[in-house]
Amino acid sequence: MTMKADNAIPGAPRGALLRNVFRQAPTKPGQTYGVPGEGNTIRISVAAVLSVLALWQIVTASGLIAPLFLPSPVAVAEKFFALVQNGYTNAPLLQHILVSAARVFAAFALACVIGIPLGLGMGMSPTLRGLFDPFLEFYRPIPPLAYLPLMIIWFGIGETSKILLIFLSVLAPVALGARAGVRSVAIEQIHAAYSLGATRSQVLREVVLPSAFPEILTAMRIGVGFGWTTLVAAEMVAATQGLGYMVLSASQFLQTSTVLVGIILIGGIAWIFDLAMRWVEKRLVPWKGRM
Amino acid sequence: MLEIRRASVLYPGRDGADPVEALRSIELDIEPGEFVVALGASGCGKSTLLNLIAGFLAPSSGQIRLDGAPVTGPGQDRAVVFQKHALMPWMNVIDNLSFGLKLQGVEKAERHRIAREFLELLGLEDFETSPVYMLSGGMQQRVGIGRALTADPRILLMDEPLGALDALTRERAQELILRIWEAQKKSVFLITHSVEEALFMGTKLIVMSPRPGRITHRFDLPFSRQHLSGMSGREVKASPDFIAMRETVLSIIFADEEKAA
Repeated sequence: MTMKADNAIPGAPRGALLRNVFRQAPTKPGQTYGVPGEGNTIRISVAAVLSVLALWQIVTASGLIAPLFLPSPVAVAEKFFALVQNGYTNAPLLQHILVSAARVFAAFALACVIGIPLGLGMGMSPTLRGLFDPFLEFYRPIPPLAYLPLMIIWFGIGETSKILLIFLSVLAPVALGARAGVRSVAIEQIHAAYSLGATRSQVLREVVLPSAFPEILTAMRIGVGFGWTTLVAAEMVAATQGLGYMVLSASQFLQTSTVLVGIILIGGIAWIFDLAMRWVEKRLVPWKGRM
Repeated sequence: MLEIRRASVLYPGRDGADPVEALRSIELDIEPGEFVVALGASGCGKSTLLNLIAGFLAPSSGQIRLDGAPVTGPGQDRAVVFQKHALMPWMNVIDNLSFGLKLQGVEKAERHRIAREFLELLGLEDFETSPVYMLSGGMQQRVGIGRALTADPRILLMDEPLGALDALTRERAQELILRIWEAQKKSVFLITHSVEEALFMGTKLIVMSPRPGRITHRFDLPFSRQHLSGMSGREVKASPDFIAMRETVLSIIFADEEKAA
């Protein structure tokens, strides 16, 4: 009988899934002993996604679930190509994507332009922090759907209320991230600058701002995610274009495959943008976490 | 010349406790070109003393004057070298070195020219454009020292600058600092809790004692000059005079500890 006794604790599960958790044997050269969750995940992730797709296909093809509730992956893919060719309602699919992206990114840009200076100011000045903190912390956990009616009453059913709704959902994480970034500066760095003759404004510009930069980038990444989350809510009222509109109106006509195409597109665009932001992060702040 | 006259620091006691006397009536002169080392167990107030000179902390009573003018805050005439180098990781070596000059509005080409003169002195010629987070701890600390030097201070304040380095790197850095001190003719105030480092580097040693923080002993030291006039660092540290002095100072510090315990 061959057993990998060197890798196991007596009584511990012997499955591959838990082997690393209970590992006691030494590592190979070049690895670090005892790092929780160590190991590559790409192969597992790809396998998991393919398995779910296969399971999805099997279940739908066998007729266990009616297409109304869950169309097959093939049907969703066919729907996607049909939408690319014919568009949805009055506009091509690309148009819906661009309209939604424009809303999210306009709101995101506005939230950065206002939220980053606001957060930095709150980090640096107790007056600004005292002034804005209660409002920011109060509205931050409220779901955008709850104040959507107010947005419509105040700003109408046009683009303004849609972009403002997304803007509000992005503003809080961006501002709070920038504020936290100010805290990430080491006091020795500030002292060093002063002892080299820096003025207060030079310390802010030359030391605090660059120190806060990595956290600001992370906050932007999290913020734009919130923007995509809010998109469907923003396109609930009086929209005739956009991915959120497409998902909502298709659901009213029980076009489940179109709903799924919209969901996958929103998720995919947000994911690709997140990857891009991570790449930018690596290029712009290579020192992050290294000093 | 830096003069400290009857400087005391009282920290307010917490929750109605008695105030803590961090420093009591410190008298200290640092002459131009002098290398003053403060030695003492933790809690003796040596860092507080450095913060007073740097201008980060105002004395509760007494005075600190540099060339006759009272010290009212931090400034480029008293550049500080920190234990944790405190470099700016978003800048490369030459930009960190010339950071003080940038703050003073010196244009880029000129400040890089000045900083380059220090690269060789610091043994960093090959690392001019390296990012500082890629350097070893010893090299980062050399950049920190060079950054203080390029600001051309009247007095260099060093807050346990070598405390985080391994033994070999530390001895090399001690010798480097002495060579720089000789070449630049700066006054230096250095804090350490290594007796050997204090004796080897200083021309004047103050031994400090806690509760209340005060200067209990003062010594004039010959060892740094011996090293600079040709003896190797190890020869100096192994000489009978050095060993005798080390035992004297150690017995003072241990006696202090026992009194406190």
